[in-house]
Amino acid sequence: MARALITMPATAKRGEIVEIRTLIAHPMETGYRAGDDGQLLPRNILRRFSCRYDGELVFSAELFPAVAANPYLTFCTIATVSGTLEFTWEGDRGFAQTERVALTVAA
Amino acid sequence: MKRPLALLAAAALCAAGLAAAAAEPPKRDDGRRSGFDFMTREVQAIQRDDAQNPAMLWVQEGAAAWDRTDGTANRSCASCHGAASEASSRMKGVATRYPAFDAAVQRPITLAQRINACRVDHQQATALAPESQELLALESFVAMQSRGMAIAPPRDPRLVPFRERGEKLYRQRIGQLDLSCAQCHDERAGARLAGATIPQAHPTGYPLYRLEWQGLGSLQRRLRGCIAGVRAEPFPYGAVELTELELYLMQRAAGMPIEAPAVRP
Repeated sequence: MARALITMPATAKRGEIVEIRTLIAHPMETGYRAGDDGQLLPRNILRRFSCRYDGELVFSAELFPAVAANPYLTFCTIATVSGTLEFTWEGDRGFAQTERVALTVAA
Repeated sequence: MKRPLALLAAAALCAAGLAAAAAEPPKRDDGRRSGFDFMTREVQAIQRDDAQNPAMLWVQEGAAAWDRTDGTANRSCASCHGAASEASSRMKGVATRYPAFDAAVQRPITLAQRINACRVDHQQATALAPESQELLALESFVAMQSRGMAIAPPRDPRLVPFRERGEKLYRQRIGQLDLSCAQCHDERAGARLAGATIPQAHPTGYPLYRLEWQGLGSLQRRLRGCIAGVRAEPFPYGAVELTELELYLMQRAAGMPIEAPAVRP
């Protein structure tokens, strides 16, 4: 049950700065906490986020155990051509999720 | 010649602002404050913006679960109540009325219990575990449709004895710390308990995302947390005592706007 919310405009003018806001459901278990049985809970965090705009990497981030659950990441890019933005989250236990959002650019 | 035009525009804007202010009903301040007002500006900003509010992840999941068939009847919530896209009008105001009296079990039930009763009776599916992610998702989806509406507890006379027991429990000293809900939330609201401001305990935003929980939780989770906090043994999820307390709290908050799904520290 991986869920992600991406908030960004569907259309933009060429050269305009577009704000992109992302939110993903993830426990971000640090690996330093003990469970009810006193044993350490194994680490389960997102390690990397990246955003590709028409195949070109426009933003990426590395995440660490101190990041809260359900990470919210926001960044900007410049609208150049109509195309697809591809958002990828990768993490422990083989976690991988990709979401795609189309952006229409008017001249 | 530009200046007179700008002045005119400014005057028009002022007039529009005055008209908008006049249209709003005068607020009668009765001293009741939502937990929202006790939060820092930063946490308030998270709640104000749906793109930042992590609870919207559960709402999104709830909308998907709403349209998904389940159980041997092979029906979804949408089969009776209309698709999730129409639910905003169909489910509007529902969360303002719960807990409500259920004739089948002859006692008040919460919104989560109503959802589960629907699952068992109409979908012929197994009831979802209390506080499970799927139940919270459905509950938050339904609750959100009442956002901004005033809490309107039903005037059902059958609820009265339950509500009275709820109020009694609210004022009852319990636990090793020998504290009642009222001692903190009526007598000391606005004061501090260690680093946290004590709110007035108006359940306007449930189910809500609590930063401390790093997840979504129901009002019953909050109540159980408080009960354990005064070192009493919490009632189990779904216990009638918790529903009674919930009934009283909703009556106490009657008329305040629903904020669900809210964010709290």
